[in-house]
Amino acid sequence: MNPTFAAGEDLSLRLTTPLSAKTRARLKAGDMVLLSGDIYTARDAAHRRLYEAIVKGLPLPIDLTTATIFYAAPSPTPVGKVIGSIGPTTSYRMDVFTPTLIERGLRGMIGKGNRSPEVVLAIKRYGAVYFGAIGGIAALTASCVKHMEMVAYEDLGPEAIRKLTVLDMPVVVINDAEGNDLYARARSDWSILSE
Amino acid sequence: MERKTAQRLRRIDAGRITNAVRNLFIKANTMLGNDVLGALSRARDREESPIGREVLAKILANADIARNSALPICQDTGLAVLFLEVGQDVRIVGGSLQDAVAEGVRRAYAEGFLRKSVCDPFTRVNTKDNTPAVIHCDIVPGDHLRIIAMPKGGGSENMSRARMLTPSAGLEGVMQFVLETVEKAGANACPPVIVGIGIGGSLEEACLLAKKALLRPVGAKNEDDERLAKMESDLYEKINALGIGPAGLGGRVTTLGVAALMKPCHIASLPVAVNLQCHVARHREETL
Repeated sequence: MNPTFAAGEDLSLRLTTPLSAKTRARLKAGDMVLLSGDIYTARDAAHRRLYEAIVKGLPLPIDLTTATIFYAAPSPTPVGKVIGSIGPTTSYRMDVFTPTLIERGLRGMIGKGNRSPEVVLAIKRYGAVYFGAIGGIAALTASCVKHMEMVAYEDLGPEAIRKLTVLDMPVVVINDAEGNDLYARARSDWSILSE
Repeated sequence: MERKTAQRLRRIDAGRITNAVRNLFIKANTMLGNDVLGALSRARDREESPIGREVLAKILANADIARNSALPICQDTGLAVLFLEVGQDVRIVGGSLQDAVAEGVRRAYAEGFLRKSVCDPFTRVNTKDNTPAVIHCDIVPGDHLRIIAMPKGGGSENMSRARMLTPSAGLEGVMQFVLETVEKAGANACPPVIVGIGIGGSLEEACLLAKKALLRPVGAKNEDDERLAKMESDLYEKINALGIGPAGLGGRVTTLGVAALMKPCHIASLPVAVNLQCHVARHREETL
C-alpha cells in the first residue's frame, strides 16, 4: 500500500505535495483528502501574469512542475499569527489560463465551483486533479497553514503569489483524471425532480 | 426663519460616523449574526447528506473560531456596502458624510486586518484601502442616522442577475428566473445561500430591492405581502430540491432563506433582480 494513502481519523486520505503521478491517478472524484506540504496561492491577477509570461517565453517566478495552486488571497496577517483568514475563490475565472499552466507542469488545483470543458480535458490529458475547498470557513482553514512566504508579484497585495506550508487541509476531489465530476454527481444524487 | 430651522437640527459629528462605520465593518466580518447561526444550526440538523452535514458543522465551527480569535469569517471581507438612513433633521458637522464613511471603511480594513478587495475595473490595480464604498442613502423623517454596514463578497455577487421580464411572464416567470439563477450559481456562490429578490421599480430599483431584501433576518417571512410570502416559501422548497447542497457537494440544504421585496413598475415592464448571498451573510447596524 502506498504510504501516502494512510487513512486519517475521519477516513480522509492523507496526501503530501508534490502529488506524484501514481497518487494523482488513484484519486477519484468524491475522495476526501487532508492535504499537507507546500502549495502556492494564485488567483486572477497572478494567473494573468503567469500566463502572459508563458506566452511571451519569459521565465516564471515559480516552478510549476507538479505544483499545486490554491486559488486564494488571504486576509492580512494579524500580529503573532502565520496568516489571516484564507479560503478558495471561485475557479472558473482562472479557466482561460489554466490549460496553459497545466501544459507547463501544474498538476493540482484547489478552488470552488465548476471548471470549463477545456480545463476538464487538460486535467484528463495530463493526469492533473482539481480539489474543492469549502468557501466561508477561512478562519478554520487558516489553522492548517503552518508557514507562509511571499514568493512573487508582491505589488498585487492580497493577490500576490505566496508559498504556504499546510498541514491536513481538508479538500475533496472534484475532477479526477478519468473525467469524473463530483458536483455533477452530487446534483444527480440529491436533486428531487419536481412533478 | 432659516436660522430658527437650523437650531432645531440635531448635530452629529462626522467623527462619530467614522467610528461607527469602522466598528460595524470589523464586527460584521468577525461575528456572524445570531439569525444566520440559528439557520445554519437548523440546517445541520435537517441535512441528510453526510458530506453536507460535515460542511455545515465546519461552517459553524469556523464562525466560533472567527468570533473568538477576531479573525475574518471569510477571507473575502467584501466590498463595503452601506445603507444609510439620514433623518432630515440631522446636520452633520466636522466633515462630509461621504468622507466620514470612507474614513471609517479605511480604518476598519486597516485596523481589523480585513482584506482590501477593491480595484480598478480595467487595470485591476488595488485601491489598497477598500474604498470607495458603495453607499445607498435615504433621507427620512426624524433626527437619527441609521448606518447598516454590509460587507459583500465577490463569489455570490458574481452569480447575481437582473432581467427585464415581460409582464406576461408574471409571478411564474419571476420564480423560474430565481430558480435558474440559483441553479447556474451552483457551488460558485458558496451555498447554502440566502436569496434576495427585488421585483418591480426600474432596473436599478429592482437590484436595490434585492440587496435590501438580504437585510431581513434569515428565515423570517414576508409580513407585507401574502403573494410574496407564498412565493418565498415555494422557492425555498424548490431551491432545496435542487440537490446542490452545502458547498455544492450535494444535499438537501441549498438555501437558508428567501426574501423578496416588491414595488410597482412601468406598465411595459416586469423587472426582477436576484442578489445571492453566501452563507457568510454579514450585516451590522447602529443608529446614532
